[in-house]
Amino acid sequence: MRSIRDWLWVVAFVVLVVFSIPWFLWGTSTVVAGLPVWLWWHLGWMGIAAVTFGLFTRHGWDRLMGADTGTAAGPRPDGGEKP
Amino acid sequence: MSLQPLGIVVAYLLLALGVGLVAYRVGGSDAEDFYLASRTLGTLVLLFTTFATLLSAFTFFGGPNLAYQAGPEWILVMGVMDGVLFAILWYVIGYRQWLIGRAHEYVTLGEMLGDRFASPGLRGLVAGVSLLWLFPYVMLQQMGAGEALRGLTGGAVPYWGGAALITLFMIAYVMLAGLRGVAWTDTLQGLFMLSVLWVAVVWILGSLGGLGAATRGMVAANPDFAALGGGLYTPQFIISSAVTIAFGVTMFPQINQRFFVAKSATVLKRSFALWPVLVLLLFVPAFMLGAWAAGLPIEVPEGANVLSVLLSEYTPGWFAALVVAGAMAAMMSSSDSMLLSGSAYFTRDLYRPFVRPEASDRREAWIARIGVAAFALLAFAASLSRPGTLIEVGDTAFSGFALLAPPVIVALYWEATTRDGMLVGVAVPQILYLLHVLVPPVSVAVGGTTVSLLARSYAGWDVALAFMILAAALTVGVSLVSSPAVDEDAARFAVGGD
Repeated sequence: MRSIRDWLWVVAFVVLVVFSIPWFLWGTSTVVAGLPVWLWWHLGWMGIAAVTFGLFTRHGWDRLMGADTGTAAGPRPDGGEKP
Repeated sequence: MSLQPLGIVVAYLLLALGVGLVAYRVGGSDAEDFYLASRTLGTLVLLFTTFATLLSAFTFFGGPNLAYQAGPEWILVMGVMDGVLFAILWYVIGYRQWLIGRAHEYVTLGEMLGDRFASPGLRGLVAGVSLLWLFPYVMLQQMGAGEALRGLTGGAVPYWGGAALITLFMIAYVMLAGLRGVAWTDTLQGLFMLSVLWVAVVWILGSLGGLGAATRGMVAANPDFAALGGGLYTPQFIISSAVTIAFGVTMFPQINQRFFVAKSATVLKRSFALWPVLVLLLFVPAFMLGAWAAGLPIEVPEGANVLSVLLSEYTPGWFAALVVAGAMAAMMSSSDSMLLSGSAYFTRDLYRPFVRPEASDRREAWIARIGVAAFALLAFAASLSRPGTLIEVGDTAFSGFALLAPPVIVALYWEATTRDGMLVGVAVPQILYLLHVLVPPVSVAVGGTTVSLLARSYAGWDVALAFMILAAALTVGVSLVSSPAVDEDAARFAVGGD
């Protein structure tokens, strides 16, 4: 069964996708430090996405896929090279 | 104008070919090594080979052209589709396929589905559909190369000459290297392109008087460019493009085959997390160059690539040639990946199952090479007629592939999927979409209003989006009402645990 943590990852992904476009800045033409303000949002958001993805690979990757065969402390099927 | 830049381009292409050859000698000579480099690609190589495959004429020349004409918002479209949505699909489809492929030694998507559903028909259908949409995308590279060389040499090399040159290199390369060769050169080229692009940005910004001045010039020429949205960039356009491209990319033969080749899950994880960073590093400078060019007193002839013109105007000739050479080489290696995967689909999923099951490996290897040459030459012939802009042609191909994604995702995650569900879910949306692409729209009067039938978009939404939903609905719906064939084996797609 899916735990709350699994669903939180799904929500995080949805938020990442939806706000990749800063809809609330629609039509804004403010230029900050030589670039449109929405482009700064993009720079920051991609950084946040990379960090979120990094955390996901450590804490959610196999759980969410249902590929985890052992307990949390047990052997995991990731990281191993193909025999 | 001189032909000296041409010398630099050809020298660079030859160098790339040399690297590919060395890599090929390192590897084995069996099919698994030729197509999958024996499933041993590490993080850097996997990341860059996938990335360089994306770094085609579509992104490298089409993107800046679009930014030049319509504004830099294309950065956001590529950001959401490549940096976030594709990364998530990399996990949802890619990791699942990697787990399944590792357990059963699959080499192609068609093989994986055909085995699970005990259906050579499904296998052939998936391969056929993939080859169909691969064609315009290979053509796109030839169109991009033709324009790039013409822009660089000021017309001394005609459009067809550049397209012919890259076609020759493509064929030579695929015949001589294999995935290992392609992956190695992709990595070198990805790193090379990333560095020269940033040098170009520094160089051009230097001669324009800095970031602020460049953007002020852009806004003065096109006040709309700094604003988010407007003109071409409607929410419908942004969402349609991002969704169809992201899903389409996962079904590209050359990308999909990459899902099978990672050495370990760690490699997939690292690539996944690095994806948005790479997108940022590449697309922001490339597309901003195109957008800044809009504020500059340069002439971009009809159909030409703004990046080539910009570089030859503001940087020394040798540097401009080097960037175009790098871009062409990147396009060449992405075409090679496409042709290589295409030939795997053709020989393994179509030729062997349907034409000559008893063909020897030697014969199969020959058929693959002849197929590649024929495919590339046909695409070259088609590219001469220039059926649309780089973005238009690319978008059509992406959407065609995107229709494959929903049935595949359903099959990967839902045990009750049946063979009939898959066949209908794959075939029907493809036929409908092809009709919309090939047949011109017709206006029909219904109750006082005119309705346009067979149009490519409705109220700004790409019609492919509707067909993606239809594909998922058909796959699930038909699976529910049909029963699995006796020899189907859902257990083949199990990934352990539960």
